[in-house]
Amino acid sequence: MIPLLAQASTDGLTVEPHWYMALAAVLFAIGAAGLLLRRNALVMFMSIELMLNAVNLTFVAVDSGLGSLEGQISVLFVMVVAAAEVTVGLAIIVAVFRKRATASVDELAGMRG
Amino acid sequence: MVEVVLFAIFALAALAGALVMVTARNPVHSAMGLLLSMFSMAVFYVMNGAHFVAAVQVLIYAGAVMTLFLFVIMLIGVDRAVDTDEQIPLQRPMVLLLGGGFVFLIFSAAWDAWITGRASGVCTVDCTGTIENISSELFGAWLLPFEATVLLLTIAAVGTVALAQFVIKPRLLESRGDEE
Repeated sequence: MIPLLAQASTDGLTVEPHWYMALAAVLFAIGAAGLLLRRNALVMFMSIELMLNAVNLTFVAVDSGLGSLEGQISVLFVMVVAAAEVTVGLAIIVAVFRKRATASVDELAGMRG
Repeated sequence: MVEVVLFAIFALAALAGALVMVTARNPVHSAMGLLLSMFSMAVFYVMNGAHFVAAVQVLIYAGAVMTLFLFVIMLIGVDRAVDTDEQIPLQRPMVLLLGGGFVFLIFSAAWDAWITGRASGVCTVDCTGTIENISSELFGAWLLPFEATVLLLTIAAVGTVALAQFVIKPRLLESRGDEE
């Protein structure tokens, strides 16, 4: 068993898995805040990538804590899905840009009721 | 001790890169910040023994995905404009509150929590994420999901080509503009 965040042992200063998980939580929050703060569709997309990367970091950290490989397999699948998402998403952004000449999501209110 | 110093350096680099990505006005600077963050995470993967994942992180994320991002930024032009008009009142302060509260909630909930699961994998001798270990897992127990990703990537490629082929007729655009 490994702790999620709190310090497990105090003997010697080594990097524990929960250090990575705390860092990943902060990175995820930064990504979520960036997704809501920015209006540029590209930067919003990058924020989503940052959130995915933070989750990947927790997978790998838990993996090394538990001594398994499934987390790393999951990371590979997340990367595949993220790559597919990026290609389709950027194609949508370019298609929208060709129509509206802007990458700002505030301009895209055509479906507002 | 070296590990702790490395963790400190690259944790700071990852956080700085993430903050630059969120705050930079120029999208190219945002992309560079995210690149720094991703490279730092590759270092963390190596420190956790996930060597193959680290290589894939550098090749796919820092290499291919960020190149694609920069390509699209250059294609549609660097948009430095920062619009400060609020569509939703008080959105930005609320976002900062939400982000801070999110971190606080995670930390307070996870402070006493433990990971109680056990590894169900078969690796009893060597659990480092070398190509050999990863591939024997991936092409063994995870073969069917792996094949599904092939389908997913094919669909994504076809969808991207379809989006690129899609041409909006100018007449249709004008009539839609009138309706608005």
